[in-house]
Amino acid sequence: MRKLLLLVLFVLVTMVTYAGGYRVSVQGQRAMAMGHTGVAVVNSAELVFFNPAGLVYLENKLNVSVGASGIFSEVIFQNEELGISSETDNSVGTPLNVYASYQVNEWMSVGLGVYTPYGSEVTWPTDWAGSQLVNNIDLAAIYIQPVVSFKLSDHFSIGGGPIYVTGSVNFNRNASRTTTDLEGNRSNITVDDTGVSNWGWSIGAMFNPTENFHLGFSYRSEIILESTDGEATFANFPNSPLAPANGTTGFEAELPLPAELTVGLSYEYKKWLFAFDYNRQFWDVYESLDLTFGNGQTSINPRNYKNSSVYRFGLQYAATEKITLRAGYYIDESPVQAGFFAPETPRNDSDGFSGGLSFAITPKLAIDASFFFLRFEEIDASYDFGANGESFGGTYESSAFGPGIGLTYKM
Amino acid sequence: MIKNNIKYLAILALGLVACEPEFDNPLEETTAFTSGEADFSNYVALGNSLTAGYADGALYVTGQENSYPNILSKQFAFAGGGEFTQPLMSDNTGGGLIAGVQLLNNRLVLAVVDDKGTRAPRRLAGTPTTEMTTNLNSSFNNMGIPSAKSYELLAPGYGSAVGLQTGTANPYFVRFASSPTTTVLEDALEQDPSFFSLWIGSNDVLLYALEGGVDMDHNETGNTDPSTYMRNDITNTAVFDQAYTTLVDALTAGGRKGVLLNLPDVTSIPFFTTVPNNALVLSAEQAANLTGFFQAFAGIATQVLASPPNNIPLAQAQAIAAQYAIQFNPGPNKFLIKEESPTNPFGFRQMTDEELLLLTIDQGALGQGYGAVVLTDDVLQVLGILQMGGTPTPEQGALVIGAVNAIDDKDVLDAQELASISNATTSYNATIKSAADTHGLAFVDAKASLAQVANGGIPINGGVITSQFGTGGGFSLDGVHPTPRGYALIANLIMDAIKSTYKSNLPKVDPADFGTITVSNDIAQ
Repeated sequence: MRKLLLLVLFVLVTMVTYAGGYRVSVQGQRAMAMGHTGVAVVNSAELVFFNPAGLVYLENKLNVSVGASGIFSEVIFQNEELGISSETDNSVGTPLNVYASYQVNEWMSVGLGVYTPYGSEVTWPTDWAGSQLVNNIDLAAIYIQPVVSFKLSDHFSIGGGPIYVTGSVNFNRNASRTTTDLEGNRSNITVDDTGVSNWGWSIGAMFNPTENFHLGFSYRSEIILESTDGEATFANFPNSPLAPANGTTGFEAELPLPAELTVGLSYEYKKWLFAFDYNRQFWDVYESLDLTFGNGQTSINPRNYKNSSVYRFGLQYAATEKITLRAGYYIDESPVQAGFFAPETPRNDSDGFSGGLSFAITPKLAIDASFFFLRFEEIDASYDFGANGESFGGTYESSAFGPGIGLTYKM
Repeated sequence: MIKNNIKYLAILALGLVACEPEFDNPLEETTAFTSGEADFSNYVALGNSLTAGYADGALYVTGQENSYPNILSKQFAFAGGGEFTQPLMSDNTGGGLIAGVQLLNNRLVLAVVDDKGTRAPRRLAGTPTTEMTTNLNSSFNNMGIPSAKSYELLAPGYGSAVGLQTGTANPYFVRFASSPTTTVLEDALEQDPSFFSLWIGSNDVLLYALEGGVDMDHNETGNTDPSTYMRNDITNTAVFDQAYTTLVDALTAGGRKGVLLNLPDVTSIPFFTTVPNNALVLSAEQAANLTGFFQAFAGIATQVLASPPNNIPLAQAQAIAAQYAIQFNPGPNKFLIKEESPTNPFGFRQMTDEELLLLTIDQGALGQGYGAVVLTDDVLQVLGILQMGGTPTPEQGALVIGAVNAIDDKDVLDAQELASISNATTSYNATIKSAADTHGLAFVDAKASLAQVANGGIPINGGVITSQFGTGGGFSLDGVHPTPRGYALIANLIMDAIKSTYKSNLPKVDPADFGTITVSNDIAQ
């Protein structure tokens, strides 16, 4: 049992695991279409997330960007030695974002963002071969962030703001590879919590050596979600003083939402815009997922993630007055180290390909569309830190595809 | 422009389909698994409780689902294996009714039996729902019949409900015998198996061992007529040899392929290895007292032997009585057991290293003088007289002699009984190996593997399988039958043997995925 935790959200919102660990890098349709670059792209209110410092350079007084994607992901597993195989039946993840900025005066803009940068939704068949690690998990976090942006000069600006996070988790797994009740039903534990909240912050800076050339920096702080009011449900345990009682009890756990540092640049040449972002995600904070249950049981799950990087390249082409085309590519490193490959976040390194376009319905209103496709190599991997040091592994292959749509409004 | 976009959307939709993950070598398309020269399309398993999936002193559904033949059949399915059916019991309570009366016990579970957290096997509460005399009107691939002996697989009437009263039938076979007169072998052959396994013979010797060797060894009596055997006698090796040869000859008719398993030693089974024979743990004072007691005993014994009616010459009496001057030491000491022997007139001696106590011995009694001496106040008084240099009366001497409380024969396998068991097992195993060699069948040396489980264990993913009672993972709570994990180990051994003989290649199972014992306090009060 075990794992988990945290974050909240709207019932309607679920997410998937895209971008190493449970980071879901889908925070803007325009950026997504360009390989999720944006720390140095002055384009829309998506800057609330990518780099609040840039908001003050937006041309319009009011900028609004809303969008949502549907993420279709699947993971397959097999172990040829044992002749076992399985595949996930994940529901569609729907990261969403709402951003707005308002230029108060020439030197200051304010903004507000709601976005969902972390989450995981993985559903394996109940009692599958790796069920002692996970049957299903649904993790979601909503970030709500006001920002302010100051132009110190035409060449330099800074911005930032506090972040309020509310998260939720629902996680089920079997108690062990073999524990059952007298009828052979697998003993399992579900943890569930919603409304787990905490605060964090982000800052950004933008430097414009020339009008066409931007350099950006942003940093979003680590936020630890501490679940203390959740409910753990023990089911199908045999009736014995040697086994936990069936029923509900409390649990406590912590799940880190790691800090992320981004540096990047963009260069505009005629109708072309090129962007590059480098993300550094500080996953080393995720050492172990430890649960303490109200009935005295504990669950220690080493994770031992490492810091990871993502390299993002984006290209934009203003095809016509109304149509802007975008494409991107990124290399997404997994924070999961060898021997720690747990099927609740089955991520290995991937290549991301994205594309999209904007269509200006009116000068003020545009429709943005994006898609991305993550390509994973199949990987032989295992989680070697189960109970008694037991190992579970085999060959995994994942895929994820995410079309999205949004609106940009400016006036 | 919009038209073009639609075109792109169509391409995207195709891309969506194309991004379903797929392995380079998907399991469902692999050709790595093969049956080799064997044909697993209709596998029939013959044997006893070990084949039926019996565990925890009972046959119940989840145990049957983890029988080694059922585990095997799932792996066979990767290489042409067909459906595998089993005569599932009606519930997970275990136990069974015969004409509505419960005559077969419920399964054992590990219960916490007192406030101190003491754990012990207990019978699960509940009334079984399996009526053994109700015939299932079907044959099954798993023809493991709990309690069956080698020659009983050939016995007409072994599945006759009427025969239950006379003890010539077996309730487990009564459930699915095709007729009251059929034999297990006939019903097996009737299914026209393409492949078979045979693991039979344990009960020909094990039942004797489980009862402490109090019954007959027909290798000593020379009796080769099994119809005259009592239930717990050792089968004469000639009887076993003939029955086994008949079975294998019939099963291999037409060149049918299969696998034979030999029989484990009793010393590999926790039923005989759990209760140590030297658990008489004494302090220095207790050891000295006990040694003193037996010095006194030897003196009294000399007197008794030299007196009427025995009238043995004193020197000879002293020589005989000297065996009772047993020396005890601080720490663990071996228990005393009863022994009938002309040279042992008082009928007890200390156990030897190799002799074994049974799991069913009253362990509470062992702590209260069973296997040693019960020192009552009266006895202590007599010892006091002796210490003061006095001479006890014959009545007082009798008190001392009567204080010895040696372990009953039914609770122990002594050296002679162990020799009978070993002799029979060795002979049966020679027959089994010879049959495998003669017919070119796959052969599993279960004896060697279980010995390894008992001596150090067999490593598995996340641990080791040992024969440690209750915790080792290999043996269920009856101390005799494997757990599902133990059966998984056997299934892997069989696949190894089949691979070696028939060049098949099957995926192994991970024994760590199979359970062991079940804890529960839903126990009969």
